Amino acid sequence: MSNSKHVVIIGNGISGITCARHLRKLNDSVRITVISGESEYFFSRTALMYIYMGHMKFEHTQPYENWFWEKNRIELKQAWVKSVDFSSKSLRIEDGSQLSYDELVIATGSKPNKFGWRGQDLKGVQGLYSKQDLELMEENTKSGVNHAVIIGGGLIGIEMAEMLAYRNISVTFLVRESGFWRNVLPKEESELVGRHIQEHHFDLKLETELDEILGDTSGRVRAVRTKSGEEIPCQFVGLTAGVSPNVDFLKESGLEIGRGIKVDLYFRTNIDQVYAIGDCAEFNEAPAEDRKTVEQVWYTGRMHGETLANNLIHEPVPYRPGVWFNSAKFLDIEYQTYGQVPADWDGDQVKSFYWEHAGGKISFRMLMRRDESILGVNVFGLRMRHEFFDQAIRENWSAEQVIRKLEKANFDPEFFAPYYKVIQEKFAADFDKNIPKVKLSWVQQLFGARV
Amino acid sequence: MKKLQIVGLVLFLAGISAFTLIPFLGTYELDFEKVQQQTKEIHQGKMGDILQPMFGKEFPSSFSFLSEFNTHFNSYNDQLKSEQKWDEVIWEDYRFPLAKAALSSPVKNSPWLYFGLSIGLMVLGGLLYNLPKYQEEPAGIKHNGIFHSAMKNRGWLGILTGSYLILFYIILYWFPAYLVNLVWMVDPLSQVLSGNSASQWFLYGLIYTLAILVMGIRMFRKYKGNAYQQLRTASVMFFQTAFAFLIPEILVLLNQPYFDFKNIWPLDYDFFYDYQIETFLSSGGVGLFMLIWGIMLILIAVPVFTYFYGKRWYCSWVCGCGGLAETVGDPYRQLSDKSLKSWKIERYLVHGVLALAVVMTLLTIANYFSGFSLLGNVTNQLHSFYGFAIGSAFAGVVGTGFYPFMGNRVWCRFGCPLAAYLGIVQRFKSRFRITTNGGQCISCGNCSTYCEMGIDVRWYAQRGQNIVRSSCVGCGVCSAVCPRGVLKLENGPEEGRINDLPISIGNDSIKLNA
Repeated sequence: MSNSKHVVIIGNGISGITCARHLRKLNDSVRITVISGESEYFFSRTALMYIYMGHMKFEHTQPYENWFWEKNRIELKQAWVKSVDFSSKSLRIEDGSQLSYDELVIATGSKPNKFGWRGQDLKGVQGLYSKQDLELMEENTKSGVNHAVIIGGGLIGIEMAEMLAYRNISVTFLVRESGFWRNVLPKEESELVGRHIQEHHFDLKLETELDEILGDTSGRVRAVRTKSGEEIPCQFVGLTAGVSPNVDFLKESGLEIGRGIKVDLYFRTNIDQVYAIGDCAEFNEAPAEDRKTVEQVWYTGRMHGETLANNLIHEPVPYRPGVWFNSAKFLDIEYQTYGQVPADWDGDQVKSFYWEHAGGKISFRMLMRRDESILGVNVFGLRMRHEFFDQAIRENWSAEQVIRKLEKANFDPEFFAPYYKVIQEKFAADFDKNIPKVKLSWVQQLFGARV
Repeated sequence: MKKLQIVGLVLFLAGISAFTLIPFLGTYELDFEKVQQQTKEIHQGKMGDILQPMFGKEFPSSFSFLSEFNTHFNSYNDQLKSEQKWDEVIWEDYRFPLAKAALSSPVKNSPWLYFGLSIGLMVLGGLLYNLPKYQEEPAGIKHNGIFHSAMKNRGWLGILTGSYLILFYIILYWFPAYLVNLVWMVDPLSQVLSGNSASQWFLYGLIYTLAILVMGIRMFRKYKGNAYQQLRTASVMFFQTAFAFLIPEILVLLNQPYFDFKNIWPLDYDFFYDYQIETFLSSGGVGLFMLIWGIMLILIAVPVFTYFYGKRWYCSWVCGCGGLAETVGDPYRQLSDKSLKSWKIERYLVHGVLALAVVMTLLTIANYFSGFSLLGNVTNQLHSFYGFAIGSAFAGVVGTGFYPFMGNRVWCRFGCPLAAYLGIVQRFKSRFRITTNGGQCISCGNCSTYCEMGIDVRWYAQRGQNIVRSSCVGCGVCSAVCPRGVLKLENGPEEGRINDLPISIGNDSIKLNA
């Protein structure tokens, strides 16, 4: 198919790059330009923490070798876009030059939330999202920092704490909720993570809100004050109370913007041939009943990119996400979730099964409807098979069926302890079911780890 | 660092200093008697004449001794060569046995003392350094600071370590006469095990085994909580100690051929050499068993085990080279090159070495049955070329010396012909794969960074594709370091193992081939 239109993508994160790659897969002749001020080449921002901690170098976080882009004729331009002139279909670049497009894809991602706290712009106060943020954090923690305060108990917060610990900087967490990431995690899981945070010697202050960040005469942070009046001396403050769409440069441009760039399920904005994907997009209506209107995870960004690439080349289809999944790692504890497991639920409508290992670092939760069909699972310290739960949830398996087949779902490395066996036993006891015992192979019995 | 670890480090450094200085001790003196004992009957007269000027002279160092030895010996040989009297030239290298016999040094007199001061302190220091590691930390990935380390990121310590190893290997392979003090030092141990006096190979085998044991303990500490890593580390420690080190020595004690029951042709490239075959055939039932066992390993064990478990059953569970790479080499695994270019080079090189080993062996066997009538000379030259270039330079000097420069599997990846053979089976007929867990990959790059074989694991994982690669040795570290639980080493049905057109889960809008 011949197609010589010029698609310009602003942003080289997972959404923009996935879109560019799939455009090229689907069509050989479309001209593709990706413009980003953040970095020359696509890198995985989920890996920023590992650079700081010396697990990797920056180039290791680049999923494709540098020749890949030229080979696939994806033009890269490293520059910040100042503004977009939608009427003449051109971008104004910071160096004063212009770049015109036939179709524009905006994939500018997020920026850390700042809620107007006093002192939020002091030196030594920052969020962590971009490559520039990481460089700033290197700079801010190079010397003279003994203690840091992290505002907000979420995924980036705990990453930041782990990073600071590597540099021997002690950390206090200020968390507004009653437990760590309690707005997402049920009570038991939140407590499990909380215990692990303390095991790593972080000071976790729950139900504590930031009042003000205090600076010294040089404009550098010297302490934070909580709403209860406690003053915590510190030389660094991490702002990790979530992120919001990075769309400031598009305000008043004619593009309809709410929290993010307003799009329909085809990623179309209010302006013809302009699309938005990834963290910066806000759906007019949620794409599914269990989804939010702004989707801010790696996986959704990738799916937006895949879908829009299809829509720019083939017959457009609406974005229809499948079964929800996500994962994270809290210090040493891995977390996976499949389907719907909200932080709280109505006990009349939803049944919960929860198992936790005596060591307090491994857990399995399954929520089910009143008829005991599966809604979703939360797993900590265990690995489970995505395909298994995708199918089970999609096909509304009964909880009993899921538990009976749990060995098939196990994704832990070989010789790891067969936790699925005790999960099965606990389920059988809690729900008065008869679950046949799994027989372990002799190799596993002889050499495998014990529960 | 804990106090105990600092003590360990100091002891280790003291030990390695002693180890490095010991070769310089003592004096060398030859006499007629010693020359007679150390030379073959046909050379006894000539060697006595050649070395006569050295008799009774005391040399203060191995350098002066060997320099004078070379002067006399070479002038004799050069003379004959210029007269083209090839059959009178002495081709044997007598430097090592004569230097060993000529030495008188405190090391020779009290070997255990010096053994304790060098190897003993290195082992003790290594244990004191490794055992307390991560003691008060929860189990988890211990990669903090690797790329900020002067040792693990090609910094000055890494360069120093690599250079030391390279130098050691060069001396060991080509100039062992300079190491006779160290060989005397381990002589009593060799006497206990095999009833024979030590060679430089016994010294090497001992150090090699101890290094795997001490650094294996480091692996236990580093990977506490990871049963797979613990087990395969225990396995390589066991196979090195028992199969590669102790059993061959004990066989010799029992008057049987020296034999490593887990070494497989073509890694064991001289298995079919005529002198080996002669040894097997002249050693009765045991020798015959060894010959048949070795052939069974090649023809049955490799394909069958690799079919069921992948090449990991050998490379990261049994093999001695693998054992060293997985223990001593583990701190350097992140230095392997992941580029597509290096993968291309790897395929040419490793299969080239395999082809060379096969051709050489076929020629050797053909010659064995034809009484060296067919290209006999070429075969001999091929043997010496292979032994020098592949057996010593590639496998030894580059294979281990380059750990701090190119990662811990340079030999296994680019050179090992057995790895190539196992790899062909693994790629085309095996139940082993690394399964990618649906769409959970976040492209962070930990898997690729820590793949010692230089496989760009992430390339597959982020497409939701299983990893089926001939070079994968199944060390399981990609799975361990993955922060999202995406990778699992598995043996399973062949159907669906290679999913060339993977489909990522979770997006119902379109069906796509990532």
